[in-house]
Amino acid sequence: MESEKQILFAGFGGQGVLSMSKFLAYAAMGAGKNVTWVPSYGAEMRGGTANCLVTIANEEISSPLTENPLMAIIMNKPSLERFENKVQPDGTLFVNSSMVDRKCRRDDLTVLEVPVNQLAEELDNLRGANMILLGAYLEKTRVVEVEDALEHFEQIFSGKRKEIIQKNRQAFLAGVEYARNNW
Amino acid sequence: MKKVLMKGNEALAEGALIAGCRGFFGYPITPSSEIAEYMARKLPKIGGAFIQAESELAAINMIYGGSSTGTRVMTASSGPGISLKQEGISFISEAELPCLIVNVSRGGPGLGGIQPSQADYFQATRGGGHGDYRIIVLAPSSSQEMMDLAILAFELADKYRTPVMIMAEGTLGNLMEPVIVREAVTEFLDKPWATTGCVGRKPNVINTLHLSQEELEGRNRHLTEKYKMISKNEKRAESFLLDDAEIVVVAFGLLARIIKKSVMEARKKGVKAGLIRPVTLWPFPDEHIQAVSRTARTILSVEINMGQMVEDIRLAAGGKIPVEFYGRIGFTPNPEEITRQLLFIAEREGLL
Amino acid sequence: MKTVFKKPESLTDAKFHYCPGCSHGIIHRLIAECLDELKIREQTIGICPVGCSVLAYEYFNCDMLEAAHGRAPAIATAMKRLLPDRYLFTYQGDGDLASIGMGEIVHASLRGEKITVIFVNNTLYGMTGGQMAPTTLLGQVTTTSPYGRSKDWEGYPAKMAELLAQNEGSAYICRTAVNDPPNVVKTKRAIKKALQTQARGLGFSMVEVLSTCPTNWGLSPVEAMKWVEENMIPYYPLGEFKVKEE
Repeated sequence: MESEKQILFAGFGGQGVLSMSKFLAYAAMGAGKNVTWVPSYGAEMRGGTANCLVTIANEEISSPLTENPLMAIIMNKPSLERFENKVQPDGTLFVNSSMVDRKCRRDDLTVLEVPVNQLAEELDNLRGANMILLGAYLEKTRVVEVEDALEHFEQIFSGKRKEIIQKNRQAFLAGVEYARNNW
Repeated sequence: MKKVLMKGNEALAEGALIAGCRGFFGYPITPSSEIAEYMARKLPKIGGAFIQAESELAAINMIYGGSSTGTRVMTASSGPGISLKQEGISFISEAELPCLIVNVSRGGPGLGGIQPSQADYFQATRGGGHGDYRIIVLAPSSSQEMMDLAILAFELADKYRTPVMIMAEGTLGNLMEPVIVREAVTEFLDKPWATTGCVGRKPNVINTLHLSQEELEGRNRHLTEKYKMISKNEKRAESFLLDDAEIVVVAFGLLARIIKKSVMEARKKGVKAGLIRPVTLWPFPDEHIQAVSRTARTILSVEINMGQMVEDIRLAAGGKIPVEFYGRIGFTPNPEEITRQLLFIAEREGLL
Repeated sequence: MKTVFKKPESLTDAKFHYCPGCSHGIIHRLIAECLDELKIREQTIGICPVGCSVLAYEYFNCDMLEAAHGRAPAIATAMKRLLPDRYLFTYQGDGDLASIGMGEIVHASLRGEKITVIFVNNTLYGMTGGQMAPTTLLGQVTTTSPYGRSKDWEGYPAKMAELLAQNEGSAYICRTAVNDPPNVVKTKRAIKKALQTQARGLGFSMVEVLSTCPTNWGLSPVEAMKWVEENMIPYYPLGEFKVKEE
């Protein structure tokens, strides 16, 4: 149980919360770990809140759920409101500062920010916003090694057009770069 | 062994295909629609039949017909749809037709909600429709089990000529985790009773009407004997940390797996907790309950409903051990909540 | 200052949850305007379906009931028979009316039930994620017709207005669309005429409204309106299919 990490992904429907968390799940499985992915949806298909809990561990995972994740990836402000107090003491928040304009109210949490929308615009890839945050997240936490994640890119995005895979890869690497330079 | 990341619903559908299922008849309903969609993609490619029926009522009658051809067939739905199917399930049970019926369960009663639930336990285990009959009910707790129990379901259905239900709470349908994809099943029982055209044999009749008293009683006794045999041979349950357990939690489905964590956390705090996870809800693994009623202090029944399996637990415990109930509605509880319950009970009972 | 435009009395203040470009918003408003203009809000009881508009009981400012999937016509039947001077309307989608509810709608029409049915046809099941409907067009890809609807396997789409117009009990059957302003106006006219048919006790009335589902069609709201014009209207012609004068 000791190696287990639970990461919450939260944003609004359409922000790619489900796909970025799925990517992490695939990467973790590719790296030989046990993983579970549990979504929860708002009623509408667009515009409702979406959040997802990913659990990664070396040993067998009993509970894919928890009240208090170790880390949270926050894509928009309502998600900060909702989940800020749920993160474990001394946990970490990864925040999309382009859409969250206030600071976290807890002082025990480590808060790492990325101006995701702005970076995505620079890359001319607004839909890649989620992959930017994911790249930054992995570079910092090494929950799965960045190299392992890159190795599985093709497999994870199989079926999508080559150009989309490339754009996502680019966004991911931009996030990695940002974390390296800023965190 | 190759592992594939699969949602519970997909793992179940793939398991059915692995088991040779070649007919799916169903109607979309959240949270089971993914199973229909998976079958819609896969069955045409392997010469199977996928039909989106006009309603769950039509679908269960398509199952009656499909099974009569000797083909392995299945349907998937949720609470309100399973309610519609009850007449059909009664017919299918009496006609002794094998099939798989999946309930990815949601909140009720009425339209309820799309949140997960375990409140269809009574409906599933007490027959559900009219007349004296039972169906085998299996409760998976992981994507792997969704696949494996789908394969087992068809085996049991054919072996005993009876409908088998897999019941999974909505959360499990959507949970994604690595699954070892099993080998395709290659051995199938002969079905000489099937209605496929009476070439070279006397015609077969599949019916459920028995106007004479002797015939009706005979049929019912026959079915009851069959159910006794299933009860004797097919009970399944998982035991977790029971040997020295003072508080034994009994739960099913994904919830039970989550409670394993609660049990482990409670143990760290000095509570001797254990878990029984019935895998067959019918036949109910009463011997497991009877065993701990001799050794443990108390049983805690946890369900996502207002108290259904707890009645079977009490029946099995025979008054020899207190059985208390903890229920939530509308979501799969987090492990921490049950850990707190265990600590509370342990303190109250002076077990710490 | 004179008020030149306001929310109809027959709509509550609840915010619609519908997707951008969804026709439900337009159709809800048209019904509400008719109830206001005919001054029948307090005599009206509406019955909503299972589908995206399952929460319509929060949006209409009159007595409303939720129905089990497809059963609204049966519920409306009993209510109209017991409260004949009230206005009964059902609001139903493709699955509700043409799939699971096919039996109920045909019999309501056969019996000539003096109810008004608003049938929202957008060729698929929106709420549950885009599955095929009886109204899905040939060749159309949905999550349960992944290779496109085929006449040889899934069969032909259902033309409900034509089907029900054949019954003697049907008094007013009309098909309209809301993809452009002229059609919106025509839809409102049809809804009003249907309610007046009910008032005159002539029999069963239905307005089938060709509608959009931008989310599941994968189109923008504007593209979705075009899709109605280019793909649906050719197969589902607009017009009045049955008009009983007396």
